Amino acid sequence: MNLHEHQSKEILKKSGVPVPTGIVAYTPEEAVKAARLIMATTGADSVAIKAQIHAGGRGKGGGVKIAHNIEEVEMHSKNIIGMTLVTPQTGPNGKLVRKVLVQQGVYYPGPSEIKEFYISILLNRATGRNIIVYSPQGGMDIEAVAAETPHLLFKEEINPIGIQAYQARKVATNLGLTGKAYSQMVKFVMSIYDAYIKNDLSLLEVNPVLKTSEDDIFAVDAKCAVDENALFRHPELAELRDINEEDPAEVEAGENNLNFVKLDGNVGCMVNGAGLAMATMDIIKLSGGDPANFLDVGGGANAKTVAAGFRIILKDPNVKAILINIFGGIVRCDRVAQGVVDAYKEIGNIPVPVIVRLQGTNALEGKQIIDDSGLKVYSAITLQEAAGLVKQMVN
Amino acid sequence: MSVLVNKNSRVIVQGFTGGEGTFHATQMIEYGTNVVGGVTPGKGGQTHLNLPVFNTVDEAVKATKADVSVIFVPPAYAADGIMEAATAGIKVIVCISEGIPTSDMVKVKHFLDDYPNTRLVGPNCPGVITPEEAKVGIMPGFIHKKGNVGVVSRSGTLTYEAVDQLTKLGLGQSTCIGIGGDPIIGTTTLEAVKLLMADPETKGIVMIGEIGGSMETDAARWIMENETKPVVGFIAGQTAPKGRRMGHAGAIIGGADDTAAAKMKIMRECGIHVVESPADIGKTMRDALK
Repeated sequence: MNLHEHQSKEILKKSGVPVPTGIVAYTPEEAVKAARLIMATTGADSVAIKAQIHAGGRGKGGGVKIAHNIEEVEMHSKNIIGMTLVTPQTGPNGKLVRKVLVQQGVYYPGPSEIKEFYISILLNRATGRNIIVYSPQGGMDIEAVAAETPHLLFKEEINPIGIQAYQARKVATNLGLTGKAYSQMVKFVMSIYDAYIKNDLSLLEVNPVLKTSEDDIFAVDAKCAVDENALFRHPELAELRDINEEDPAEVEAGENNLNFVKLDGNVGCMVNGAGLAMATMDIIKLSGGDPANFLDVGGGANAKTVAAGFRIILKDPNVKAILINIFGGIVRCDRVAQGVVDAYKEIGNIPVPVIVRLQGTNALEGKQIIDDSGLKVYSAITLQEAAGLVKQMVN
Repeated sequence: MSVLVNKNSRVIVQGFTGGEGTFHATQMIEYGTNVVGGVTPGKGGQTHLNLPVFNTVDEAVKATKADVSVIFVPPAYAADGIMEAATAGIKVIVCISEGIPTSDMVKVKHFLDDYPNTRLVGPNCPGVITPEEAKVGIMPGFIHKKGNVGVVSRSGTLTYEAVDQLTKLGLGQSTCIGIGGDPIIGTTTLEAVKLLMADPETKGIVMIGEIGGSMETDAARWIMENETKPVVGFIAGQTAPKGRRMGHAGAIIGGADDTAAAKMKIMRECGIHVVESPADIGKTMRDALK
């Protein structure tokens, strides 16, 4: 579950990570008020106005602006709040900006050189351990750093007994820091790791980490994702979910215990099991169609879940056919077939052809129910037959 | 022969008296698995499904000489259950539970380093079956048939699909290992492949993977160096978008290396019979064994 920048910074602050003073604003008036307060309390001569959406690359899309006075705060916040922000990560349709973070400017001139670094923490799947990935090339797209200057990308693996101080010193040293900035960075690394562990995060990325002209270290930006499997022990984090940032169809699917991901194709699918669902999408592609979604109905496929699945898939006007692919194990095919028939009756009119492929436990009984229903449903037993039917439908 | 479980395995069920545990223990017993008891803390001393219930795995092992455990406890307690089984001397721990926090599994993996003779399969997996001997998990037993094809897979129902194709072509299975769909799992694709390569009864291997991680390519590179038996491979998620979690917590494309296309390319280069369509898994294995 992704968090907004301002939420991520609140989490970091609780672990003692220094972040610039910031206030969330939903209107330009609130932004002006926030900027006045921040400038008065921190002495900053500028503030950043930052669009709060769940996507990176906001600056490139015009979603982050620096304001040097109140007039500029008003102008930028008017432009940003309510805009549809398109970034390399939002897709071509972009995302509506509902709020901005007004943040203390920390790029002021001073005795020492300003520097930006990159630091993130995530799981290294190959070793089953967390790693700190860091680079003196901050403020850039880290994938570009990895591709162009791989020698400037460092990794520090953390033993599950916990991060040790020497590891934080190593990070600070490799980032080329000395004196006050060095000791501030050691503290910074220990604190962000604490936040990562305490909150069961699956990703913590600070880009850039800023060394100010006074050798202070700040998390200027922050992006956190929480391990959804661990939300049961973090009710306070579960509350931070922002469904405005999610696809409405995916939200509805979640409420019906369906695992749904919206895609751009023309053939919908409903499958039990994640692996088989992906394989079914692949079959659709190989048959000349394009999958319109990923949908795993899980182990409890019945009339209610099938009906919900139909409703969600049919919201997409591009869907020209639907393939239901169930491998009955614990789930009985005759029950699923009955579910399909009942869902048909409940919804009334399903305007696109439906292919039902049932295999495994009670597959023949299931096929019989479908065939006897008189509905405009095509039934198949093997995956190959189902693929052939998809091919017919899309041509 | 076979691997991990057979007719001599003495199996206990952790989370025995719960809904899932009861249902699947019943199915396993009906299949002929040698289930010798179960564990539910607080219910020790009771009898369930005509078998003894124990408070701890340690007690259960001492009383029944169990060497295999299958775990059905809720995800919040599953990591604890795995570590308990390891310390009690269980040799093969099959964890079915789905939804265990990743940080719990980081600890479990580290903990298990102290138990080199214990093998964890899963979590978030359908389990392990040696057809006509022992079913330790939630797979439908009837689709399986005893034979010589080993199956390794990160998925549940997709494995059933592959097994069903094999059985219908007359190709039975030695052992089918569902390794699980999480980012951190006990037995990797490579480890499962190594077990099957070393098993004299296994003549060919079906390896089913997914987007995300590097387990299939790690296995493919080892197979190229050590290949002794034909391997048929499939990677689910050729049409999956980058950065989205496709049901399984581990099925997410992170970079250019863990897409289905990238994995299939490397697998092909390593001499694996890669199929584009999941409908072709069975017949490709049949042809490879000719």
